[in-house]
Amino acid sequence: MKQRKENIAMLLAGGQGSRLGVLTKKMAKPAVPFGGKYRIIDFPLSNCVNSGIFTVGVLTQYQPLELNDYIGNGAPWDLDRNFGGVHILPPYQRQKNTQWYKGTANSIYQNIHFIEKYDPEYVVILSGDHIYKMNYSKMIEYHKEKKADCTIAMIEVEWEEASRFGLMVVDDENKVCSFEEKPEKPTTNKASMGIYVFSWDVLKKVLIEDENNPDSSNDFGKDIIPKMHSEGRPIYAYPFEGYWRDVGTLDSLWLANIDLLSPSIGFDIGDPTWKIYSRSPSSPPQYLAESACVQNSMLAEGCYVEGNIDFSILSANVTVEKGAVIRDSFIMPGCTIKKNAVIEYSIIAENVVVEEGAKIGGRPEDMDVDKWGITVIGEGVTIGANSIIGTKQVIDQDVEKGAKYETE
Amino acid sequence: MRPNNVLGLIYSSSYEQALNQMTALRTIASVPFGCRYRMIDFPLSNMVNAGMTQVGIITKSNYRSLMDHIGAGRPWDLDRKREGLFLLPPYSVSGLSDHGADNKVAALHSNMHFVNRSQKDYVLLTDANSVYNFDFRDLMEFHEKKKADITIAYKNGIVPNLQGIMKLSVEKDGRVTKIKTAKSENQSPENYSFNIMIMKSSLLEDLINEAHMKERKHFSEDVIAPRADDLKIFGYKIEGYSNMASSLLDYYNMNMDLLQLKNRQQLFNRANPITTKVLDNIPATYGLNADVHNSLIADGCKINGIVENSILFRDVVVEEGVHIKNSILMQGTIVRKNSNLNAVIADKEVIINEDRYLSGDAVFPVYISKKATV
Repeated sequence: MKQRKENIAMLLAGGQGSRLGVLTKKMAKPAVPFGGKYRIIDFPLSNCVNSGIFTVGVLTQYQPLELNDYIGNGAPWDLDRNFGGVHILPPYQRQKNTQWYKGTANSIYQNIHFIEKYDPEYVVILSGDHIYKMNYSKMIEYHKEKKADCTIAMIEVEWEEASRFGLMVVDDENKVCSFEEKPEKPTTNKASMGIYVFSWDVLKKVLIEDENNPDSSNDFGKDIIPKMHSEGRPIYAYPFEGYWRDVGTLDSLWLANIDLLSPSIGFDIGDPTWKIYSRSPSSPPQYLAESACVQNSMLAEGCYVEGNIDFSILSANVTVEKGAVIRDSFIMPGCTIKKNAVIEYSIIAENVVVEEGAKIGGRPEDMDVDKWGITVIGEGVTIGANSIIGTKQVIDQDVEKGAKYETE
Repeated sequence: MRPNNVLGLIYSSSYEQALNQMTALRTIASVPFGCRYRMIDFPLSNMVNAGMTQVGIITKSNYRSLMDHIGAGRPWDLDRKREGLFLLPPYSVSGLSDHGADNKVAALHSNMHFVNRSQKDYVLLTDANSVYNFDFRDLMEFHEKKKADITIAYKNGIVPNLQGIMKLSVEKDGRVTKIKTAKSENQSPENYSFNIMIMKSSLLEDLINEAHMKERKHFSEDVIAPRADDLKIFGYKIEGYSNMASSLLDYYNMNMDLLQLKNRQQLFNRANPITTKVLDNIPATYGLNADVHNSLIADGCKINGIVENSILFRDVVVEEGVHIKNSILMQGTIVRKNSNLNAVIADKEVIINEDRYLSGDAVFPVYISKKATV
């Protein structure tokens, strides 16, 4: 008898994540640093392992180098396995019809052979841009109980925000009656989380039919699910309660980081029964100097702090010199913040140098709310001494000494 | 000499009595140090950084925590199909239990087959009771250049109060002319061996076989020291920060030394990183009442009190109203509300209940043993 896996997961990590702008210039969205010592992909990967799913295909297409390097052989997540484990799946050349991944469904279609190798009953489809903790095995149980062909994780969102999401109208049994894709006037606040469980035999059939339809955009949300719905196949919604945040935009990425500092949010990444694993380099412990003042913050190893830090997250090996102030910000690994620099409400990408006395970002209290927004500094940029980078600015090249970038 | 032609041999149980409280249940090699390391990380990382590809760790007793830490050697990139890391537990040769207490000669003798099988021409021996970061390739080069039989890395300073430490008389060219092992009474600086030495594997084998036949026990005193006359022994001076744990106070001071930037830069330089086992702790979190100065903090700590001049290992919890000064708190220590600690060494998973006041002195720190509740 052939060795097989009942459940496998496919993680969609190929999108450019264009809404993250400068942060995804050189890396795919799932590889973007998060929460001090993590990257976004650590959350779905750790969820898989904690849910007992040890076979994960990661579909990559856009700027895969950083992501490949990070995932490596999967050892940090215990996904280095003899049979199964984590596999990076880029598009590849074939005898005929070589093509890029045309859409999310097409990327799975192109990897039917990979999935068939494990001969699974169920396939979990995941996105690489959500921060949450979820037990997928419970969702699979639910899928079996309901005898569904497809189960979609569903979360209740705020009514004001509902029009940003793909919404689902469900009956008392949580069977999906209809879909509303980002409607202007939502009739429900039950949103799809972009997490799907499919019975593989059904999905395979639908994927092949979809591929043969020249009018299809080969997308799960736009094509596959509506097609299954129109065919009358049982689609159920799996209600999820708890923290879940789409970090597809700069604002939401900033907010999700700041959420980690708020105990009232109830998102505990330190839960020993549901660890979030990551590949972390070996750095010495963090040092807080005599002049340091650090409160309401999270600091990763290798940091060296002489300045003031409040409501912020500092990733590994960040140096903060005397008199520098960091408030309400997320600083990625390897940055240097020199003397008396001030950073407020900002995301600072990897290896940025902020020279003495520079001022980045601003507080919403100090201006019209309409004009306010977070400030973002791209990877490797140097911000010259005493320059001023106003709120809402996105900087992706070096800024000269004393320069001023302000939003009109 | 190619570094991959040098076998590393680490003796994990040397001078354990110097830290007898901490080594009651563990080897000296697995004594925690500097927020997130264990003593063995230093010799091991130095060996790997120098390009050595095979390391054996000789154990004597109580090595469960060491095994847990080392695993298959993955953090050091030593989980290899060929060569890599070998844990060498004690076993008796031909029915004789000769792997006794503090008997390094017997320990080495029972592991000579490992040395032989490695087919490496040289062997680099170290203990696991000291912290340092220097390039072993310099030591190898020096050894080769001097055409030495044995090269011993030494340091100049006040000799640690340890039985049988070798005091070296070193000539200008590095030649060691005399080795004393008797305890010296005077407190003036001397050249003393850091118990890091390199020699031909064949020479080690000869020395050990002979010593074993003569039922010698002490490697430094009985095997190496008497041969200063007839073997070409050279001394290689260690520069930069290094220290050997010869008492609890020493251990305390070694940790406190890390609060100085200069020492940290020498010990933890990025080009030659000291590597340790990675645990998946979250970053350290600081609360509304956190007030931390001149301290080293590891991942997973949750701090909501005052911490000064202290070393906090992973997952230490400091609750509101707590004041910690000049202390070393190891992994998982919990200090509950309004307690006050000064000059305390708390071993792993100690619980200090509310409103306690504990104070040692900078020359006599209080030690609280593993898993104790105060």
